[in-house]
Parts: sequence; structure tokens; C-alpha cells
Amino acid sequence: MTFSLTNLANPTRFLNFAGTVIPWLAALTVLLLGVGLYQAVFVAPTDYQQGETVRIMYIHVPAAWVGMGCYAVIAIAALGTLIWRHPLADVAAKAAAPIGAAFTFVILVTGSLWGKPMWGTYWVWDARLTSLLVLFLLYLGLIALWQSIEDPGRAGRAAAILALVGAVNLPIIKFSVDWWNTLHQPASVFRTGGSTIDPALLTPLFVMGGAFLALFVLLHLIAMRAEILRRRVRVLQQTQVQQAQIAQAARA
Amino acid sequence: MLGLGPHASFIIAAYAVAFVALGALTVATVADDRKQRRLLADLERRGITRRSAKPRPAATPTVTRTAP
Repeated sequence: MTFSLTNLANPTRFLNFAGTVIPWLAALTVLLLGVGLYQAVFVAPTDYQQGETVRIMYIHVPAAWVGMGCYAVIAIAALGTLIWRHPLADVAAKAAAPIGAAFTFVILVTGSLWGKPMWGTYWVWDARLTSLLVLFLLYLGLIALWQSIEDPGRAGRAAAILALVGAVNLPIIKFSVDWWNTLHQPASVFRTGGSTIDPALLTPLFVMGGAFLALFVLLHLIAMRAEILRRRVRVLQQTQVQQAQIAQAARA
Repeated sequence: MLGLGPHASFIIAAYAVAFVALGALTVATVADDRKQRRLLADLERRGITRRSAKPRPAATPTVTRTAP
């Protein structure tokens, strides 16, 4: 059988695919997290300026990559919902929102805990920190919107519009350190001219990045499977009620 | 024991928050998946199935014309 994304448009085929991939992805995630954490805590050298606090980077920066990347996934899925009406686009977006919210929460808290010893403050209302807080609020807003509308189709379309409007925040987060004078340092990993970080620090960072990415994909697949099943359960429960009403009418 | 310097509490707190937040997310996601699978299996066990999941009716026998 030839594999293509079109095949996965069918929820049943997606469930079969997820069932096959999830155990392997779980093993990969555990392996990468184990290696990454070992390197981050025991192997990576200290920074000449920040000392041991640089170890916070190995969770803060990968969480930032995933927290922002997750919103990009939601924005693409929103296009899939509104333009192509892909049957799994809305499912993908809804499943990703709580995961993105959790990773963004980790960015905000670890950033504050890193900021206090380095900047002397937990929080400052500069462009990078504020735009990340807006991203967190966007995730919460999307979750609330899905929860408040009962019909999944209507909820999906409303959330897709909000998600696309909120996507303008992604370039603001990325370039806020270049456009405005912020306390947060400018880009040091993915930048024109190459990374400014020493390879001894960069290798564990990329391993942890891979681990967080694998964790995101794993949780997203599981959450998508749960959402597909939730919709099937909803339909079957409605069928059950209709059957009960028909039986009651027949007896009367 | 790894020496984390004067800011050890900040480093440990950052790792602890990440562990708790992502651990809780993982537990909640897996629990929701299991709950939906259990609910679906329960409904199907009671004979309530999707139309597409029902077995198709037996194919009607084809009529073969006999030669006159």
C-alpha cells in the first residue's frame, strides 16, 4: 500500500496509523528525553557568564520551539478547516491547543526562573515576554471556544477564524527582539550567520529539542485519536437516544 | 552530587515545573484517550454501532441467463 497524507484524511485509516506509530514514538521520546536530560544536567559545560543557570536553557528554549511550532500547526489546520474542509484538520487543531498551552506555560515559568538570577527580575513587560503571554492567552481562548460551542463543526470553524487572527502573533514573538529594545536576548541559535552558541552547549540543546518535538508529536497523535473517538461516542450516544425514543413511541 | 551553584533553587524549580506540567499533560492526554476507547467499546458491546461499521448485507445472487 502506498502511503500518502491523503490516506490519513480518512479517520479510520488515521486511527490505524496512530495505533502503529504511537508505541515507537513513545520509545523514541523516552530515549531522547533520557539522553537529552543526562547531557543537559551532567555533561554540558557551564556558561562563562551565566554559570550553572544556563541549564535552564535546555528546557526553556526547546519548550519555546514547540510552543510556537504548535501554534503554527493550529494555524495550518485552521486553513485546512476553512478552505479545504479536511476532515481531520479541526481534530488536529483542537487536539494541539492544550499541548501548546502547556508548553507555553513552561516557557513563561522557566523564563521567569531564569530571568530572576540573570536580569534581577521575574517579569518585565517587554515585547518578547508580553507577546509570549499573548500566545498563552490565545491557547486558553481557543480551548474555551471549543468548550463553549457544543456542535464540533461550528466550534471548529469559529476556532479556526480566531486561530488565523492570532497567527499574526508568531512573527511578532520571533522578531520582537529585533524590532524593539527588549531585556530578552536576540536570537542566538537560528540566525543569519550561524549560531553564536558553542557546540558543547548546542548539542544537548538540539537533543532536548528533538525530545520535546517527539513528545509533542506523540501527545498530538494520542489527543487526535481521543478526539476522533469522542466524536464517534457522541454520534453513538445520539443514536442510542433516538433508538430509545423510537422504541418508546412504538410501545405507546 | 552535581553542584548547581548559588542559583540551584532556580534551576531545580525550572526543571520541576517542566516535569510536573508536561507530566500532567501526558497523564491527562493518555487518560482521555483510554476513557474514549472505553466508552466506545461499551456502546459497541451494547449493539450500538456506526452505520459504516455494520456488516454489509449479503450480496444478491447474480442471475445467469440460460441459453434458449
